[in-house]
Amino acid sequence: MAALLDVSSLTKRFGGLVAVNDVSFSVREREILSIIGPNGAGKSTLFKLISSFLRPTSGEVRFKGESISNLAPHIAARKGVVRTFQETTIFKSMTVRDNVIIAHHLRSKASLLGFFVGTATARDDEAGFAASADDILDLVGLSPVAGEIAQNLPHGHLRALGIAIGLATNPSILLLDEPFAGMNHDETNRMIAMVRRLRDLGLTILLVEHDMPAVMKISDRIVVLNFGTKIAEGTPSEIQENEKVIEAYLGSEDEAIGL
Amino acid sequence: MRKPARLLWTALFLVAVFILVPLLIMASGRADLYYTFTSVALLSIASAGVWLTFYIGRINIGQGAFALMGGYVSAILVVTYGWSFWATIPAAGLFCAAASVLIGLPILRLRGVYFAMVTLVLTEVARLLALALPITNGAKGMVSIPSPGSLSLFGFTIIPDFATLKNPRLAFYLLAVTLMVLCFGIIYRLVHSRIGKLCQSLQQSEELASSIGVNIAYLRVVAYAVSSFFGGVAGAIFVAISQSIYPSSFTVTDSINFMLNCFLGGLGYVFGPMLGTLVLYFGWDLLFETGKFQLLIYSTAMIVLMLVLPNGLLSLGMGPKEGLKRGRTA
Repeated sequence: MAALLDVSSLTKRFGGLVAVNDVSFSVREREILSIIGPNGAGKSTLFKLISSFLRPTSGEVRFKGESISNLAPHIAARKGVVRTFQETTIFKSMTVRDNVIIAHHLRSKASLLGFFVGTATARDDEAGFAASADDILDLVGLSPVAGEIAQNLPHGHLRALGIAIGLATNPSILLLDEPFAGMNHDETNRMIAMVRRLRDLGLTILLVEHDMPAVMKISDRIVVLNFGTKIAEGTPSEIQENEKVIEAYLGSEDEAIGL
Repeated sequence: MRKPARLLWTALFLVAVFILVPLLIMASGRADLYYTFTSVALLSIASAGVWLTFYIGRINIGQGAFALMGGYVSAILVVTYGWSFWATIPAAGLFCAAASVLIGLPILRLRGVYFAMVTLVLTEVARLLALALPITNGAKGMVSIPSPGSLSLFGFTIIPDFATLKNPRLAFYLLAVTLMVLCFGIIYRLVHSRIGKLCQSLQQSEELASSIGVNIAYLRVVAYAVSSFFGGVAGAIFVAISQSIYPSSFTVTDSINFMLNCFLGGLGYVFGPMLGTLVLYFGWDLLFETGKFQLLIYSTAMIVLMLVLPNGLLSLGMGPKEGLKRGRTA
């Protein structure tokens, strides 16, 4: 399988602190790759670097062979690299359906001026977005609450809404920020099923996560970070047997890494 | 609102401002009311601009700067360069929009109280510039600005020379109200098209907006430019009415009032700034008779109103409409 996204020698310094240190790996097309690591390992920084929300101190991220490291986040999104947020980041006072409709922005063919005067293209766009939003809400199981104001939704639904917003941009690779955080067993299993369904639809998934059992279940491959450095990369079973990984997690229960 | 209802309200509103108000003023015999209503119309145009910056999540206390700038652009073009007043209206608006792009690119990155503070300073900077620049004639200001000439298109006179009119006050009133209707029409359309939703997305989370591909820097600048355009247009017409402009024609107080008009009317409603301006302007005038207690009563009433009606006067009659609530701006 060809590499869709290449992370090469990525480094980020905040003053004297090296948050991400010379990290390299590739994400292949249509795989689910997870980035894990103990607290403060630099996962979130790496996540922001890949989605262009932060600029690296050195190194670069290439998507389909083209560097995206120094682009504005909306340009990276336009190219197909789209991130989701944790649940609090949604358009709170819009309805669930409007959240997803607005997220179709990248697909619009009409210009801002076109939308202002209401050209035929703009009206086509609007109708298309509404139909597609309904499909996406169906896919993530939010159709019954489509008319609710987003801030009134319970946790599990908010996470699904975050993913629905990401899907609406029609991404090639979807970056998920801790999709299982704070979920109970059933919710986690449902989320695992949903992420797999997205991959089956042709998406590539990169996720950052704490929940080891879920990561072990869902991932094709795993990248492990500790103190900003990559200490291991491989399939879930390889990672579970890796000495360095076990050492990094020493002090935590064996259960935490799914042993 | 459903379409027939909307058309009906629009028609009623147009009849009220273009026919009823002039008739009532004539019946009352108080020609000075023309000036009052003209001011309300113009101030509400400037306030509508401020409202639009609220709509993208920015507290704008700098509209006075653009009103002053628009006023000077119109005055200088008419007096020094002999332009027709009518051409200076769009020129003033465009000049202010261009200036706001240059100013906005760096400052629109700021949020919340930081943006508010910088815009507050802008008004003072504009006043000091007007004092210092040679072209603005310093503290003496520009006086004896001729009243608007005639406007003809393809040989037809669309608008007669204001100097030849029997009732120039009515003419100014009609001019201001026409522009007000246009401006609010534009804002209404903006807010109810996809652009309005995009502005709302900025106001609620700029990070999420950029993750779905919205060019947030561009959209912010566009909204701010439209806002400043309105400020400039209002300023230009004010100058034509008073036939003079001084560095103190628009001050920090005016900037704050533009913002208060939006608060009072309701940040969630397109027509909030219009109602807010009307109530504030007349409220202030009505309290004139209380003499030295005017400011005290006025500010107390404002505080009470904001506490009782945090979503503005329009929240009394309507449910939440455009989805913007107080306290979401930071």
